[in-house]
Amino acid sequence: MPAEYAFPDSAAKTAAGEFETERMSLSMGPSHPSTHGVLRIQLELDGEVVTKADPVIGYLHRGDEKIAENMTYNQFVPYTDRLDYLAPLANNMAYAIAVEKLAKLEVPPRCQATRVITAEMARISAHLLGLGAFGIDVGAWSVFMYSFEEREKLYRLFEELTGARFTTSYARIGGSARDVPEGWTGRVVAFCDQFLPILEEILNLLTRNKIFVDRTVGVGVISGRDAIAYGLTGPNLRGSGVALDLRKDKPYSGYEQYEFDVPVGTKGDGYDRYLVRGEEMRQSVRIIKQAIAKFPSGPWYAQDARRIFAPPKDKVLTSMEELIQNFMIVTEGPQMPAGEVYFEAENPKGALGFYIVSKGGGVPWRLKIRAPSFCNLSILPKVCVGAMVSDVVSILGSLDFVMGECDR
Amino acid sequence: MPKGLEALAALKGRWAALSDRASLDHPAINVPAGDLLAVLRALRDEHGFDMLTDISGVDWALGAHPRFTVVYHVFSTQSHEYIRIAVGCADDAAPEVPSATGLWPGADWHEREAFDMYGVRFTGHPDLRRILMWDGYPHFPLRKDFPLAGIETDLPDAEVVAETGTNAIAAPMMGGPFVASTGEMNMTDAEPRAKDESWTERRPKPGAK
Repeated sequence: MPAEYAFPDSAAKTAAGEFETERMSLSMGPSHPSTHGVLRIQLELDGEVVTKADPVIGYLHRGDEKIAENMTYNQFVPYTDRLDYLAPLANNMAYAIAVEKLAKLEVPPRCQATRVITAEMARISAHLLGLGAFGIDVGAWSVFMYSFEEREKLYRLFEELTGARFTTSYARIGGSARDVPEGWTGRVVAFCDQFLPILEEILNLLTRNKIFVDRTVGVGVISGRDAIAYGLTGPNLRGSGVALDLRKDKPYSGYEQYEFDVPVGTKGDGYDRYLVRGEEMRQSVRIIKQAIAKFPSGPWYAQDARRIFAPPKDKVLTSMEELIQNFMIVTEGPQMPAGEVYFEAENPKGALGFYIVSKGGGVPWRLKIRAPSFCNLSILPKVCVGAMVSDVVSILGSLDFVMGECDR
Repeated sequence: MPKGLEALAALKGRWAALSDRASLDHPAINVPAGDLLAVLRALRDEHGFDMLTDISGVDWALGAHPRFTVVYHVFSTQSHEYIRIAVGCADDAAPEVPSATGLWPGADWHEREAFDMYGVRFTGHPDLRRILMWDGYPHFPLRKDFPLAGIETDLPDAEVVAETGTNAIAAPMMGGPFVASTGEMNMTDAEPRAKDESWTERRPKPGAK
């Protein structure tokens, strides 16, 4: 053997005669398929085992909180679409309720029911994408195909209701952008009825799938204690056995009238988080059906919101008073009292919070967005250590985050 | 009596320096920086407020005192209530607050964000560095004296800057987010308009490299 191909004795072996291993640094992302957007994880590896994980975020930082301080409350609604862009309807609602708390405004039951229906539809849509992407992460392509077909049907319903498929901007402070179209609730029920058997089919592709089970059971275990200490919320917290659901425990928008169960996991691994999401979709269907069964009639925006809510367009074009009112709301913004509020809603990814500091007037002084994905990702340095590199992919899929919300 | 109010009454009995804070919803309290960790620990261990949901910086404008306030929201997973704790930073030029990472590991990222956006230093934080902006970014973007358009700065990679001569360019204000000014003024002034019209797409920014 030529000398240059021979194993160097001294460098490769330790005194004990074993091969020495060297820590390797690996940058995973920011544009890796499993990072669901632009997350980078700086991994330190010992062989294939992760010894240190340092998430690097901020690639999608757009300064939403700075923008919010520079526009009126009404103008910020479309920006909330772009937080968790898989569930814009739920974000719109959370923001609207936070500002309504500041304005001390009660929306009528019809608007509350519409918000509940749309938020639960958004939850189904977001969880379907979460499952589909999780499946791809661990090697199951077909789940994605089936779940996206269902999402397409949801998108058609969103389009009919809001005029947009993706960025809906539907909620308004004190109401909704428009009333529910004729026959729409019937079509939502029809969707729910055909969706339940398909959901079982989709979940059957994963629940007892040997590969899926092998790659998720016991992977990324988070104890309930840790989940609370890191501020995890949503399915990631409930997967760890903590039965905290703000819809149940701190009801808003009339959630207390509906019957539904809060699924929790037992072990806190990726498989439990998957099961929780699957069951949450069934519960969402239950809520939607109840809300539609007793869908209230009456006004769909708060009548006492005249200083906030833009008047109907046909009135603006024909009546002087409404024209002036519309002009005032557009130019000066809705006039809010001074004070501080904090409101959290149970979004698909977890608790989305808005902390609003108002000094009065039409522009918030400070609007802090408490993003569930941001908090959920902060546990990565803990949960990744000791896992294999391929497990990191599975952990990321099971945490189901959205970088638009994390980076804001 | 709700658990939150009960907890605050007990805390005020123990620490004389605490004072009620005006709030439209949850019980709120002002805490001096020196007592913060003891108060948070008491809330967590004795009153069941076991979850730190949010830490947020607030800038009360140039010249206000205290200029910076750090606001904590803690949540009880048992009684499902929130409490708001506000800490004013004594030093307006170099704001400082003790770090809560020893109580909740989840405070880590929240504190890094408040440092990144407002420049509030959290003493005792194990790894206080920027989180949303890049390492070496020279400004604190959520401070009120930072313009909405941004400030021209070097790109994070020095080699790229040297090779291409490009910078992180501030956004032109033309067509940008508009804002309505509030307060007593005539209707023309109150119309929404871009705040900073000193430079647009047609007029270059003065002093740009």
